[in-house]
Amino acid sequence: MYIHANTTHADARTLTGRRRSHCPNCAQGFFSFKSRSTKEMQKQGDFKLPQFFNYPPYFTLQPVRDTREKQVQLWKEFILDYCRTQKIFVIELEEEFPLFSNHLIERSLSNEAREAFLSALVSEGRAEWLDRGHRKCLILWHRIQDWADILLHFVRDNGFEDSVMTVEEIRTGVESRGTELHGIDRTILMRALKLLENKGKLAIFKGTSADDEGVKFSV
Amino acid sequence: MSTATTSFFEPASVTSSGRPVLHQAEVECHLLSSVDLEPEPTTTANSLDFPALKSGLVILTTYRLLWLPSNVTTDNSNPIAIPLSSVTHIFSTKKSIKSMFHSPRIRFQVSIHSRSVVVTLVIRGKGDIDVFLTKFWDCWRGRAWEISNDSGGGSSSGSVPASGSVSGGGLYSSDGSVRLVGVSGILRKEQEMWESTDKSLQEAFHDLNALMRKAKEMVILAEKMRQKLLSGSSSQSSSGNDEEMGSKEEMQDWLLSVGIVSPVTKESAGAMYHQQLSRQLADFVRIPLEKAGGMINLIDIYCLFNRARGTELISPEDLLQACSLWEKFDVPVMLRKFDSGVKVIQNKSHSDEEVFARIKNLVSKPEALRSGITASDAAMTLGIAPAMAKEHLLTAESKGLLCRDVSPDGFRFFINLFPEISSDDIHLVKDHGIYSMWIKSR
Repeated sequence: MYIHANTTHADARTLTGRRRSHCPNCAQGFFSFKSRSTKEMQKQGDFKLPQFFNYPPYFTLQPVRDTREKQVQLWKEFILDYCRTQKIFVIELEEEFPLFSNHLIERSLSNEAREAFLSALVSEGRAEWLDRGHRKCLILWHRIQDWADILLHFVRDNGFEDSVMTVEEIRTGVESRGTELHGIDRTILMRALKLLENKGKLAIFKGTSADDEGVKFSV
Repeated sequence: MSTATTSFFEPASVTSSGRPVLHQAEVECHLLSSVDLEPEPTTTANSLDFPALKSGLVILTTYRLLWLPSNVTTDNSNPIAIPLSSVTHIFSTKKSIKSMFHSPRIRFQVSIHSRSVVVTLVIRGKGDIDVFLTKFWDCWRGRAWEISNDSGGGSSSGSVPASGSVSGGGLYSSDGSVRLVGVSGILRKEQEMWESTDKSLQEAFHDLNALMRKAKEMVILAEKMRQKLLSGSSSQSSSGNDEEMGSKEEMQDWLLSVGIVSPVTKESAGAMYHQQLSRQLADFVRIPLEKAGGMINLIDIYCLFNRARGTELISPEDLLQACSLWEKFDVPVMLRKFDSGVKVIQNKSHSDEEVFARIKNLVSKPEALRSGITASDAAMTLGIAPAMAKEHLLTAESKGLLCRDVSPDGFRFFINLFPEISSDDIHLVKDHGIYSMWIKSR
């Protein structure tokens, strides 16, 4: 079984945050499960689900400590792996999330289980709650420090050491296309920029338009 | 030494948990602990001497006076029984200044085979001597052994096998009706018998004391009916079909479960109530435990035990206390509490490992690998009650053998694959493991 994933779909989702209606190019919506044989070979660009995704107890929060620890561990790896390949930055508990239900075996995670697995990521610094109610979670498959390093590489590779760019340009501009920065979540990007600003590598300033900010690099 | 004792007195048999084995219709009346039995110095030629029996448990029944060493399993001296029928005299206690400083004592004369001895019963422990003496007198004068020999003699003596001819003759020949065979005949005879005892039942309910007296008759009645059924089945075995046999067996089961003839009561056992109750319970649970496959719910035992006790019901607390006392005795059963709080009685020899092995075998089958098992699946395979099976499954889960799947379909258990899966490479499947077996089963 595969999740049909298209990068532009993922982007559309992360950029607009809440918008999650059907994509005009894809009649089946964002992600669609196709009941193919589990023994089929992996295809390029699609996310291959691990075998245990069809194991019903994987979707029930296990009460026995040792078993649960292993289950949580597997969920952490699984979520990070998936978000990294599909470029997903925010998981909302109340919303449909492809990993949290398996229509083939008709199982889905309870809210308690979803929160437990995401909390495990948060406690390791691989995720952050965006609200007090623990309903929205920012997934950091790269830590903020790693994102800052990627940003510095990007600046050096493109010779932007003393240039000025807008935040939107970094996220969606021609220069970042093909890099990990393309389509990065705004919250994460701003956190990485602030980190670099504190280190004196750049300065953030209000841009001409009210909804965008500019960055002056001084690497 | 002890052989001299037992050659004079009858040896008394005890159960594995140290309870005396009572005769049919024999009822315990009183218990005293730390009692010595001493012989009176020889006075006449016919009298007999026996070594003093020190610090044992005395149980007074309607038939006998039993003396048990305080620790049945380790003590050298053997349990003995003095039939009340051989007691020829009970001396009244002398109230004197001297007796105030002594341990209380009761003297009585026993004569067996024309030899007699005066036995002094010395109560060293706590216990009301007056109550005991009154009961002693009551039991002795009651001559219960004679009554039962008259009325229920056929059942207690060993002459039952010959009853095939007896069944038609003695009791029911006078009615003059056509002799019916098989269960219908027996049932009709019982019907008539019940009708005739209806009057005595009404009397019985006049007051509680009368009821208690009648209760014994009821037990005798039930026993008699059982004997009838037994003799019926032996004499009419050729005519009886399967259905008849089935209902006969059922009937016998009912009658057998009617009663513990001599339940341990607070009144009879006093301070040793829980200890004696505990021993009796240990004897009692053996058969239900066997039927239930080595483990039985405490609630089920509570029902069975109280039903067997008839009117002498015990409280749940008493039962629990009796069970917890098992730790102190050398009995083959034990009380066990599951993590869920469910309490059960199980054989000490019962092994969880064996149950786990069977559960593991069950969940490793292809069908169970794919869709898991429920408590009732396990119950059928293990041959135990579903509630008990669930406890086993939960224990197996806590040991990491199983894991659970809770869904709208229900609560199912799967073999635990989590330890088999690598968390470094979530796509890795080892070749010859249960994980790959599970994938193949899908």
